[in-house]
Amino acid sequence: MADAKVIPFDDDRARRRSAPRGARSGDGAAVPLPAQGRGVGEPDHEGAPGDGEDAPRDGAPHSDAPRGGAGAQDAAHGRGPERRLAKGLAFLRRRVTGEYEVDDFGYDAELTDEVLMAMLRPLYEKYFRVEVKGIENIPAEGGALIVANHSGTIPLDALMMQVAVHDKHPAGRHLRLLAADLVFTLPVVNEIARKLGHTLACAEDAAELLGRGELVGVMPEGFKGIGKPFGERYKLQRFGRGGFVSTALRARAPIIPCSVVGAEETYPMVGNARTVARLLGLPYFPLTPTFPWLGPLGALPLPTKWTIQFGEPIPTDGYAPEAADDPMLMFNLTDQVREEIQHTLYKLLVRRRSIFF
Amino acid sequence: MGRIVLVTGAARRLGSHFVRRVLQDAGVARVVAVDAVTPEHDLGEALFVRADIRQPAIGRVLAEHAVDTVVHLDVTGTALAGGGRSSVKETNVIGTMQLLGACQKSPTLRRLVVKSSTTVYGSASRDPAVFGEATTPKALPSGGFAKDAVEVEGYVRGFARRRPDVAVCVLRFANILGPGVDTPLASYFRLPVLPTVIGYDPRLQFVHEDDVTEVLLRASREPERGTLNSGTFNIAGDGVLTLSQCARRMGRPTAPVLLPAVTLTGSLLRTLGLSDFSPEQIRLLTHGRVVDTHEMREILGFEPRHSTAETFADFASAAGRGLLPPAALAAAVDRIARYVAPDTSTQAER
Repeated sequence: MADAKVIPFDDDRARRRSAPRGARSGDGAAVPLPAQGRGVGEPDHEGAPGDGEDAPRDGAPHSDAPRGGAGAQDAAHGRGPERRLAKGLAFLRRRVTGEYEVDDFGYDAELTDEVLMAMLRPLYEKYFRVEVKGIENIPAEGGALIVANHSGTIPLDALMMQVAVHDKHPAGRHLRLLAADLVFTLPVVNEIARKLGHTLACAEDAAELLGRGELVGVMPEGFKGIGKPFGERYKLQRFGRGGFVSTALRARAPIIPCSVVGAEETYPMVGNARTVARLLGLPYFPLTPTFPWLGPLGALPLPTKWTIQFGEPIPTDGYAPEAADDPMLMFNLTDQVREEIQHTLYKLLVRRRSIFF
Repeated sequence: MGRIVLVTGAARRLGSHFVRRVLQDAGVARVVAVDAVTPEHDLGEALFVRADIRQPAIGRVLAEHAVDTVVHLDVTGTALAGGGRSSVKETNVIGTMQLLGACQKSPTLRRLVVKSSTTVYGSASRDPAVFGEATTPKALPSGGFAKDAVEVEGYVRGFARRRPDVAVCVLRFANILGPGVDTPLASYFRLPVLPTVIGYDPRLQFVHEDDVTEVLLRASREPERGTLNSGTFNIAGDGVLTLSQCARRMGRPTAPVLLPAVTLTGSLLRTLGLSDFSPEQIRLLTHGRVVDTHEMREILGFEPRHSTAETFADFASAAGRGLLPPAALAAAVDRIARYVAPDTSTQAER
C-alpha cells in the first residue's frame, strides 16, 4: 500500500494511542449485554427494537426470560419481555392491516427500525465490529450530505454506515442513501432499498431530500470504487462529476466527509469476469479467492474489523447562490472532499493493528 | 355578464360531476356540455350539445354560444361505449387537435383547462423518485394513454404559444379514485386477488374525484389573489401508499407473479374482459409513480381535502370486503395477544 511510507513517523504514537482505543472498542463489541440491560432498565428505543423484532416470532415470553435474567434486576423489571411481546404484537397488527406510513420515497421507517436494522445489526456489531469515530460531526438536525468512499464489491459499507449513523448518533438520525440505478432495476433489491429509505442517485432526489432536512449519504465513486481490484484498495477513484457538490451548495447543506476502513478486504477482488458481467448486465463480476469457487460459502464476506470516521463538516452556506454553477469552485470543493477522505483513510490505515482485529 | 363554460367529455362520470358543480358556481351564466354520446348522468340545467370533438362542428358550438372558458376533460384511457383503443386514441389526440383549432379561431375564449395525467412521466427504475412538473422522464411512454397524454400536452403547449392571450392550465392528475370511479386501476383493485410483480412494491398516489372537481373549478375561474392558475400542475393527494399497503388495507390477498407472467396474465384478463390491464398499467404497478405537489399548493393555491390514504379508504369502503378483511386480521392478532400474554393485550391494542 502506498501509505506504508508514512508509518515510521506516526507508527509508535498511533499504536500506543490505538491500544486503549482498541480495548475500548473491545468493550464496544461486547455492547449487546450492557445495552440489553439498558434496554430493559429504561424504556427507550436504544436496544429495544432489535429485541422487539423477534418477539412476535418467538411467540412466548420464555425465550426472553434468560436474557432478562442476565440483568440483576429481573425481578424489578419482570414485565420487560412482556412489554416487548406486546410491542411486537402491536407491530404485527399494524403490518397486517397496512396501517403504517411510508414517505414519498417509499421509506418505511417502522419496518426499517424494527426489522431491517435488527437484521443488519449482528453484522454490524458482531461480524465487522464497526468502530465509529467523529459521530459528533453529524448535525443533530437539518440537511447534511455525507460523502464516503465506496468499496467491497457489495455495498455493505453503505448499509453499515446507515446502521452506524442510526445507532451511534444521539438523535438517532436516519441516513438516506443514494444508490445506483442498478439497485432499482433488480427485483427484491429495489423493494428493500426503497423501504430502507434509499433512493436513486440523481440531483432531483438528493435536492428534495436535503430540502426536507434529511441526512443524505452518497458514494460518488460509484461502481468505479466498489468494483476496483484488490490491488487498488484504499485509493479513491474519480468522484463522479462532482454533482454532489453542486447539490449540497444549492441546498446550503454541509458536506461531511466519511472514511470507511475495513470494507475493502471483505471481498478481495482479484479478478473480474467481464464476459459473465456483460451477460448478466452487471458492471463487473467479481472473482475473489473464494468466489465463485466455493459456491455460496465463497460469497461470505471476510470478517474484517471496520472503522467508520466522520470528518469535520465542510460548510457550504458561505457561498453565493450562483456558486453552484461555477465549475471551478465545484472541482475545487470536490477535490477538497476527496483529499480529506483519502487523508483520513491513510491515517486510519496507519493506526490499524490488523485487518481482522 | 357571467361566464360561459364549455365542458367536453360530459357524458362521463367525471365530466357530469364537474358540470353539476360548475353550474352552482357564482358568475357562471351558462354551461355547455359536449360529448359524442348522450349522457347517462344528470347534467342539471346545463345545455347538452351532442357533438363529436373530432369533427369541425365543435367550432360552431364555440362560436354559437360565445364560450369564454373551455374545460377539456375528454382525455381518457378507456372508451365509453364500446370502441377499442384506436377510437380512444383518436378522441384523445384528433379530438384535442380539433378542439384547439376551434379555440384558436374563437375571439371570445379567455381560458382553457385541460385534464392530463401523471402518466406523462412514465414509470421506470431510472427515474427520480419524485417527479416535479419540470422533470423530464428518462423513458417517454411508448404507447397507450400515456403517449396520448404526452401528445395532447404537446398540442396544448403549441396552442398556448399561438394564443398568448388565453390562460392555459394543464392539470396532471394522479390516479383518480373515489367510491364509484371506474378506471382500469379501480377495477384492478376490485379483483378478489391482486396479481403483483415479484420483488417490486410500487409507490402509488391517488387523488379523490371530489378534489378533481374542485381543482378543475379553481382552474376554470379567475385566479384568486396571490395565486396563478395558468401553467402545468401535478394534482395528487398527500402521502404515498405502497401496493402492498393498498392490498392489506383493502383486505385483498396478493398473488406475486414473475414480470413476464404478469404481462401474460394481463393480456389474458384483457381478452376475457375482466380487467383492463394495459402495459402502462403494468409499468405503474411495477415501478410506481410519485409526483411533487408543491406547485399545486403554492402557485395554484389548492389544498386537496383528501389525502392519498383517505382517498383509498373511501374507495376501499365502497369496494366491499376482501378475502382477508383487515379488521378480522387485527382481531386475530388481538386474540393471539390475549392468549399469549393476557395482561398485556390491552397494551397491544394501543
